[in-house]
Amino acid sequence: MKEQIYLNNVVTLELDIDKCNGCMMCMTVCPHHVFESKNKKVEIINKDACMECGACEKNCAAKAITVRSGVGCAAGIIKGTLSGTEPCCGCGEKNKNKCC
Amino acid sequence: MNFIKKWINTDAGKIPVVNTSLDWTDNFGTIKARLTFGRMNYKVEPGIYAVGNPNSDSFVFVSANYKMSFDVLRSNLSGIDAWILVLDTDGINVWCAAGKGTFGTKEIVNRIKITGLEKIVNNRRLIVPQLGAPGVSFYDVKKFSSFSVTYGPVRASDIPEFIKSGMKATEDMRKVRFTLYDRVVLIPAEIVLGKTYLIYAAFVMFVLSGLNKNGYSVSLIFDKGVLSILNVLIAFFAGAAISPLLLPWLPGRSFSLKGFFTGIIGFIISYYCGLTGNNALKIFAWFLLFSSAVSFLTMNFTGASTYTSLSGVKKEMKYAVPMQIAGAISGLLIWAIK
Repeated sequence: MKEQIYLNNVVTLELDIDKCNGCMMCMTVCPHHVFESKNKKVEIINKDACMECGACEKNCAAKAITVRSGVGCAAGIIKGTLSGTEPCCGCGEKNKNKCC
Repeated sequence: MNFIKKWINTDAGKIPVVNTSLDWTDNFGTIKARLTFGRMNYKVEPGIYAVGNPNSDSFVFVSANYKMSFDVLRSNLSGIDAWILVLDTDGINVWCAAGKGTFGTKEIVNRIKITGLEKIVNNRRLIVPQLGAPGVSFYDVKKFSSFSVTYGPVRASDIPEFIKSGMKATEDMRKVRFTLYDRVVLIPAEIVLGKTYLIYAAFVMFVLSGLNKNGYSVSLIFDKGVLSILNVLIAFFAGAAISPLLLPWLPGRSFSLKGFFTGIIGFIISYYCGLTGNNALKIFAWFLLFSSAVSFLTMNFTGASTYTSLSGVKKEMKYAVPMQIAGAISGLLIWAIK
């Protein structure tokens, strides 16, 4: 089946190519094949496929990647808005008061 | 514990050896968790486990202490001698826990110390599931412990192949999917966790169904109320089951738009079952109610999906939520007056 892609042009992922040291760790951790190698560095080839999980930023030793990561979850955003916190997944019924 | 085969003595104390096949209690536990019963307390003890007959050179796989995560890992390790380091993620699966950071650098570093892993193995490699990466920084793990992280494949079922090819994951192994099967197993939880919406909606419709031009009539509740509750049920199942099933084939990218179309499907079902009445305005009211309610329910499925971003969901909510509210309120008004 063809890849499922969410909305266009909303993702906050940024790559500072000058800082990239070509370790390719972002390619390893990305679950949506957003990066591809090019001239011993990486490039973003499919930005709209990014789900802002933050794995690449967390594993970029050169600090070349930034992304505002969080839960892509409407219920979590509603919950966060109502309780005045960051968007937060429900974590089920027991942990209602505990934000993630 | 049904999954513990025996105990072995190591330099870090007694370690349980676990089965690599799942028995009926494991499978029953999975079904229960899928239905959300006891899901928040479906845990295994954090610590070190063994599969097969591992020695100090064997692989160390890292997992979460959600029982289903642990089961999926061990059931894919048959024929492999390995250690499993189970982190304390409060019973949450690897990916969700990584998103919150409970499956993370700090917990890995601490768990290595607490368990005395260094006394058991000579190698200094941890195989961490790729979906743990949002919480784990490989360079910090290396800095704060003597271990280095190797990211394994997304799916535990690819582990044997990953090991055979010398710890190389193919592009396909690195990619998350959202197949029909992946979506179908989520439907029970959608239904159980969404029941609050169902109860509220049914209550509102039931109460409002007594309204008429001359005030309030209890007898109307039984005429109009029962029909309206059937419609609420259809809308609920459209949002909780049909939307997940048809997700990739529904038009549009945003889940609220996809849900709008599932709402129309629900409306058509209701129309042909004769549940919308035969007054044109009233039929229109049901159209509004179906499309806005199912749009909302489907929008909530973003959290269960594997590919929606926070920025994207925020953007779609900005225009979808006001439209859903407007649709629901105008639908209710027309319906209540007619």
